[in-house]
Amino acid sequence: MSTTTTEALSATTLLRFATAGSVDDGKSTLVGRLLHDSKSVLADQLEAVERASASRGQDGPDLALLTDGLRAEREQGITIDVAYRYFATPRRRFILADTPGHVQYTRNMVTGASTAELTVILVDARNGVVEQTRRHAAIAALLRVPHVVLAVNKMDLVGYEERVFAAIAEEFTAYATELGVPEVTAIPISALAGDNVVEPSANMDWYGGPTVLEHLETVPVSHDLAHCHARLPVQYVIRPQTAEHPDYRGYAGQIAAGTFRVGEEVTVLPSGRTTRIAGIDLLGRPVDVAWTTQSVTVLLQDDIDVSRGDLIVPTKDAPATTQDVEATVCHVADAPLTVGHRVLLKHGTRTVKAIVKDIPSRLTLDDLSLHPHPGQLVANDIGRVKIRTAEPLPVDSYADSRRTGSFILIDPADGTTLTAGMVGESFAAPEPVKDEADDGWDF
Amino acid sequence: MTTVAKTEGGTESPYALSHLDALESEAVHIFREVAGEFENPVILFSGGKDSIVMLHLALKAFAPAAVPFSLLHVDTGHNFPEVLRYRDRVVAAHGLRLHVASVQDYIDRGVLKERPDGTRNPLQTLPLTEKIQSERFDAVFGGGRRDEEKARAKERVFSLRDEFSQWDPRRQRPELWNLYNGRHAPGEHVRVFPLSNWTELDVWQYIAREGIELPQIYYAHEREVFQRSGMWLTAGEWGGPKDGETVEKRRVRYRTVGDMSCTGAVDSDADTIEKVIAEIAASRLTERGATRADDKLSEAAMEDRKREGYF
Repeated sequence: MSTTTTEALSATTLLRFATAGSVDDGKSTLVGRLLHDSKSVLADQLEAVERASASRGQDGPDLALLTDGLRAEREQGITIDVAYRYFATPRRRFILADTPGHVQYTRNMVTGASTAELTVILVDARNGVVEQTRRHAAIAALLRVPHVVLAVNKMDLVGYEERVFAAIAEEFTAYATELGVPEVTAIPISALAGDNVVEPSANMDWYGGPTVLEHLETVPVSHDLAHCHARLPVQYVIRPQTAEHPDYRGYAGQIAAGTFRVGEEVTVLPSGRTTRIAGIDLLGRPVDVAWTTQSVTVLLQDDIDVSRGDLIVPTKDAPATTQDVEATVCHVADAPLTVGHRVLLKHGTRTVKAIVKDIPSRLTLDDLSLHPHPGQLVANDIGRVKIRTAEPLPVDSYADSRRTGSFILIDPADGTTLTAGMVGESFAAPEPVKDEADDGWDF
Repeated sequence: MTTVAKTEGGTESPYALSHLDALESEAVHIFREVAGEFENPVILFSGGKDSIVMLHLALKAFAPAAVPFSLLHVDTGHNFPEVLRYRDRVVAAHGLRLHVASVQDYIDRGVLKERPDGTRNPLQTLPLTEKIQSERFDAVFGGGRRDEEKARAKERVFSLRDEFSQWDPRRQRPELWNLYNGRHAPGEHVRVFPLSNWTELDVWQYIAREGIELPQIYYAHEREVFQRSGMWLTAGEWGGPKDGETVEKRRVRYRTVGDMSCTGAVDSDADTIEKVIAEIAASRLTERGATRADDKLSEAAMEDRKREGYF
C-alpha cells in the first residue's frame, strides 16, 4: 500500500458487507484471516491479543479476542453485539458489520444487513445447508442485500472434494433464488488453512472462481440509477440570512435514491406543491446533476413552504402518500410489540405518530411458514404489521428503495428503538398456513 | 471535490462514489440530522486532527450558513501550546462560540486529585459531564472512530447517555439503515460520532484532499523529549522529566494530540502530508498503541472510561 499514491488510494470505492454464520462455522477465523492477510491487524493489537490469551492460559493467540471488544464478551467468550471492522486493499475499502451468529440475535443480523451491500454466509462443509443457513439466507433476502456470498468453509475436513461443495452450492442457490436473492456466489474455502480466502487454493484446482477477497474487491457497489425513483428527504433548511446571502434558502439532504438535475420539475411531498430545481450545491460547489448517496443542498425556483421531513421527488415519478402502511418488520426491542401500541414512526427525515392496527402474521424463519394473528411480536420476531399514521407519508416499497421503503418504530415514552420496518410485500409471500406434510422448503 | 471511483478493469459505475466522498456524505448527513432534531448540540473540539476534520465537515454541511453548533474543549491544563493557539485561531476565524471545561480548575478547587502517574486523561470525564449538564447540551459530537479501539468498534453513531453520561454497551439501540434515533429524556443526551466509519488513514487522506491546516506538531520537527514507559514525552512544566529521565532533542511528530502527560511522539521524518500518509500506510502500530499510555492501563481501559462518560 505504501507504494500507491494518495490519489489512487482515495479514489477507491467503499464496500459495506456483513458476515453471518453459526457459532462453530469459523466466522471469527474468516474475519481474522481477512483482517490479518490484508494487514489490518497491527503489531500492537496482535501483541495485546497474545498477552491476553497467555494470561488466560491459552496455548496460542485467540483471534476472537480481536473482535470481542467488551468485557462481558471476553468473560463469556461470546459475541453479544454487532461490531464494525475496517480494512482496505489497494483496490477497495471495506466496512464489515461483524454480527453474532446466535439465533436470539436475529435483530443484530438485521442491523448489520440493513446497511450491507453484500452478505457472506458461512456453512460448515461437513454439515451443509442447515436451519441456521436458511435463516441467514432469509434475512439477506428480506433485507434485500444485493449480493450474497456462500462461503463453504472447512473444505480441508472433507478432503477438498468438489462434489461436496457442488452439492451444497446447488442446494443453497436453489433456496436463495426461491427467496428472491438476485445473486449468489459460492466459494469453497478453508478459513483456517487460508484456501480461497485471500490466496487461491492449491488444493482445489477444480475451482475456477474468485477468492473471497477478490470477489469483495470486484463486486459492483452501485445500482443502475436509471431505473431508480429519485428521492430527496429534506433534512434541514439552510438560510444564512447574511449580507452576502440575504435570500439563500437551500434544502439540505442526502439523496436517498436516483439522480436529480438542475431544471427538473419536482414535487414536494406531502404538500404536493410543484416547482423546478434552480440549483444544486454539492457541499459548497454548484453542480448540474447529483445522485444517490450524495449529501446536497437543493435550491428551488419558487418560494414554496418546504421543511424538514418533506420529500422532494420528480413530478413525473412521485410516490403515492398514505396513512396506512403495511410492512414486514423485525422487532428489535425486549418489550413486545402489540396491536393497539402507540408508537412513533421515523421514515426518512420525518417522524410521525402512529398506531399498530394489526399484526396479521408472524414468520418462522426456519421454514418460512406464516403463523396468523400472533397477537404480539417479541424480540427477534419477524412479522407483518399494519400501521396507521397520524399524517400521510410518501412511502416506497422496500423492494424499490431500501432507504425510502424502510422505517423504524420508536417508543414515545422512553425513545427505545422498537422495530425495523420494510414497506410492501416481503420476499417470499408464502401461503398463510402451511400443510404439516408440506416439505417444500426442505430441499 | 468528487472523484469518480475507478478500480482496475474500470468496471465501476460512473455513479459510484469514491470512499472519501461516501464517508464525507455520510458524516454531513449525520451533522444535518443533529441540527434538525436537537435543541442545543455542541462539538467536542480538542484541536486534534479528528476534531479538526469534524469542524471542516460541519462547515461544509451548512455552507453558506454558519455552523449551528458551539464548540467545547476539555482543557487538561497540560495541552500543547501550539494546539491551544490553533484552537483560538480557528474559533476566531469562523466566528464560533467556545466553551472550555478546565481540569486545572477542578484540581485547584480540590474536586479532582492529581493521579500518582501524572496522567490527566481520566480526569477529563467529570469536567466534561458537568459542563454538558450545566449548559444543557443535548447532543455532543465526538471525533471517536470505531477503528481506534475494540470498545469503540461497538459504539453507535448516535449513542444515548444517561444523566450521568454513562455508556451501557448492553443497552444500546440497534442502528438500522441511516435512520438515527435521537430521542432522549430531559437530562439525558446523545453522543454523536460522525467519523465512526473513518480510519486513521481516511482522516489523513481527507486532510490532504481538502487541504486542511493542522497544528504543526503533527509533522516532523525537532523537539525536546524524554523517554517514559517506552514513549517520547515532551518535556515541560506539567511534570517531566523526573530524576533519571534525560531530555534529548529528537526529530519527532505526533499521531494523536491529547494530554502532554500521556501522549507520546514517534520518531519521524514525515514533514509533509504526503510523507505522513506514506508513513501511516506502512506503520505496523495503531495510533493508540503507538502513542497513548492511558489505553495500556488495562485490557478494558477505554470501555471503562467510556462507561463513566468519557468520549
